[in-house]
Amino acid sequence: MTYFIILIIGLGIYAFAQLANVVQLSSSLKGAPEEEVTDKDNRFNARMMMGMLIFILGFFVWQIKEYSHTILPESASEHGVEIDTLWDFNMWIVILVFVVVNMVLFFFASKYYFKKGNRATFFAHSTKLELIWTIIPAIFLSVIIIYGLKVWTDITGPVESKNGVIIELYAKQFDWTARYAGKDNKLGATNYKLITDENPLALDKNDPASSDDILTKGEFHLPVGKEAYFSFRSRDVIHSAYMPHFRAQMNCVPGMETQFHFKPTITTAEMRKKLNNEKFDYVLLCNKICGASHFNMQMSIIVETEAEYKAWLAKQKEFASKDTPAAPAAPADTTKPKMALK
Amino acid sequence: MSTSHATVHHDHHDGHHAHHEDHHHEPGFWRKYVFSTDHKMISKQFLITAVFMGIVAMMLSIFFRLQLAWPGKSFPFLEYFLGKWAPGGVLDPNMYLALVTIHGTIMVFFVLTGGLSGTFSNLLIPLQIGARDMASGFLNMLSFWFFLVSSLLMFYSLFLETGPASAGWTIYPPLSALEEAIPGSGIGMTMWLVSMALFVVGSLLGSLNYIVTVVNLRTKGMTMTRLPLTIWAFLVTAILGVLSFPVLFSAVLLLIFDRSFGTSFYLSDIYISGQALEQTGGSPILFQHLFWFLGHPEVYIVLLPALGITSEVIATMSRKPIFGYRAMIGSILAIGFLSFIVWGHHMFITGMNPFLGSVFVFTTLLIAIPSAVKAFNYITTLWKGNAVFSPAMLFAVGLVSTFVTGGVTGIILADSALDINVHDTYFVVAHFHIVMGASAIFGMFCGVYHWFPRLYGRMMNNKLGYIHFWFTFVGVFGVFFPMHFVGLAGAPRRYYAYDAFPMFDSLKDINVVITSFAIMSALAQGIFLFNFFYSMFRGKKASQNPWRSNTLEWSAPVEHLHGNWPGALPEVHRWPYDYSKPDKEEDFVPQTVPLAAGEEAH
Repeated sequence: MTYFIILIIGLGIYAFAQLANVVQLSSSLKGAPEEEVTDKDNRFNARMMMGMLIFILGFFVWQIKEYSHTILPESASEHGVEIDTLWDFNMWIVILVFVVVNMVLFFFASKYYFKKGNRATFFAHSTKLELIWTIIPAIFLSVIIIYGLKVWTDITGPVESKNGVIIELYAKQFDWTARYAGKDNKLGATNYKLITDENPLALDKNDPASSDDILTKGEFHLPVGKEAYFSFRSRDVIHSAYMPHFRAQMNCVPGMETQFHFKPTITTAEMRKKLNNEKFDYVLLCNKICGASHFNMQMSIIVETEAEYKAWLAKQKEFASKDTPAAPAAPADTTKPKMALK
Repeated sequence: MSTSHATVHHDHHDGHHAHHEDHHHEPGFWRKYVFSTDHKMISKQFLITAVFMGIVAMMLSIFFRLQLAWPGKSFPFLEYFLGKWAPGGVLDPNMYLALVTIHGTIMVFFVLTGGLSGTFSNLLIPLQIGARDMASGFLNMLSFWFFLVSSLLMFYSLFLETGPASAGWTIYPPLSALEEAIPGSGIGMTMWLVSMALFVVGSLLGSLNYIVTVVNLRTKGMTMTRLPLTIWAFLVTAILGVLSFPVLFSAVLLLIFDRSFGTSFYLSDIYISGQALEQTGGSPILFQHLFWFLGHPEVYIVLLPALGITSEVIATMSRKPIFGYRAMIGSILAIGFLSFIVWGHHMFITGMNPFLGSVFVFTTLLIAIPSAVKAFNYITTLWKGNAVFSPAMLFAVGLVSTFVTGGVTGIILADSALDINVHDTYFVVAHFHIVMGASAIFGMFCGVYHWFPRLYGRMMNNKLGYIHFWFTFVGVFGVFFPMHFVGLAGAPRRYYAYDAFPMFDSLKDINVVITSFAIMSALAQGIFLFNFFYSMFRGKKASQNPWRSNTLEWSAPVEHLHGNWPGALPEVHRWPYDYSKPDKEEDFVPQTVPLAAGEEAH
């Protein structure tokens, strides 16, 4: 690494040394009739074009070799596998186009440089060629669009019945709180004016559905193989609930409720074994700029068997069991625009 | 078409003004250099302002790149520049966000919109269409002065007590609306909003002028299909600006209301600093719709002039007609049209209805078609050409490479299902820096090297240009290519540091590589600056038509004169791309040369 930095800084210094040199040279040549771009310049740059192609492709391969281990591990959710397959399909097309077009571009640039006595071919248009390279991308793109939209509708299409874990992620500067729906499997109503230190998520105590809701901080648990239906709220500014290992992300927007759902397929323990890393944890990050501590707004996600999950949940305190004074009666917040994401 | 119109107040030019000092009403210093209404001078004013803003924005990027490569390490010179914002030489997290925000704002608006369009539309529109000046010299001057004042305000905001705007260049409310949320949303944000409002005014005055000039002041024989592609690009860019910037203005205005007058356009149900705000019923999503309705066309406002400039330079320097001239015009128009119906692809996961997302997937991916046509046409123009590698030509070829390399990852990001996991990560940062940032700045360098003789009557040094290009080109790939991998690791953008997450420990090396390349590229810009200012005063005197080009600007005398051409305006008889036409002795035929008997027009 250090060598690499030294190399780069060295190149920078070399550039400036060259600069000084050239300035000297150019002043000594001043007045001498000189072609603006010499044959030597053209030859040099033509060769550099080929060099650049080798650099770009070589650097690309080198990065794949060096940095592949940094890429996210296999998807830990059901729909994530679908996303990854779509990703690979698109990526092959992308890499193919990137390599082929750059190769042709730099090859032409290095081959057809100015030579005295040569004359460029007067070739101004060809309907046939232009049709070919309009239609071929159009066909590729149709496939990409159709395939992509199929996956997108699978993931975000309407949900008939929420048969699984119902959970809310609540964002504020700069932490997360998870809220489980509890025994009745219903999240209680909220009203942002009810926020107090004891009632940080603004639950409406007059709504019976809120009394058995369970609030957790620091980490939340999910049972493997069961659909988790998330809804998201924010207290202050926009945050984004990003769970990269599950290929899941949704913004948390003050004044509205957003939704996303996925089914975890790999438990934390299994993933630790797969990655050979005892300390591995799934994580929830904030992925929308939200203020000074945006970079440190996280929560661990523990995926476990249903039995483990139930045991963990039973140990958590229900909202009403907390020793909190009753809030003044307030109407349930029905005016809030609900974005139907499911 | 309208020569008489344009010449009314200029017909005293009689062809005898070979010497500048003979000019009997040479304007004074203030009229000539400061309150100039001459498009050539205004063009230079835009360029110098943009160069200054560009240096500022580049330095900001180096400041935050140091933090990203070596988080928490002390750099005394950071404290030297940033004072209390880098106590002990370690960047403050709020200042980090401010630097990112102002870097983005300056680069997008002040360098690549004001700088690129402002400089080259001003210089080239009258000269390439054969007009004496812009339709309204006075509005043109106002356009620059609004731009300058807004630039200075934006620059000044860096020195505010509570820091400049720091909610990201996209300034999403509520973060940008509430001072309690981040200190930069106090007076810093107010200044940002005022600066942008002025910027929009300047941009509108400029754009309207460009459109009117291109439509009305073309010289005799200059039909729309004889226009150089630069002019087509500037025209469509100006139309995009006129249609989209007012929407940004309204977004900004509503935000000002929310911030200062207690309205709730964007605010609803917010609890901050221990109290519940009164505002209710607003929607932050509304702001995003308004912002990106400008924001996406803005990408093409930045890119199209660069593409126009490269079209011209690649054809001229390859000594070959641009391949598919009409297809190039068609693709500019198609890109311009489509750019208005794709904004939702910035909002797939904001809570916008997913069905609406599907529509935007479709329209966004369509843009790939005209873009592909452009790339292939450039490449075919190089094929069997006779390319003269001036620095401008190198940057033009570089643009094609970055345009393609950055463009293809757009296919990933436009696919909403794939966007879920890379949205707002470094993958996006990599994508738009290559396709928009690098390409547009390459277009700008290309234009500066190519038209420097027109701007300053002197040549820039080629050798320094080569060094500048190759270091910059390697730097662009070195900085932005590895960022794709950072994004694939799931690393969000706008993070002050990554050490709070063990999953990002493996990214340390990559971030050091990126920053090292960034420092190298920044140093390479020093070579450009030296070359630019040195050549301005000491460069070799330019000949009339140093690149042996066909277009009209090279038929005007090297010495600038008010009204551009002594005597009558040139007449146009052919399209601008008759390079290496068979049966012609020279490998170029200027537009002013009449068709020979029996010669076929293009």
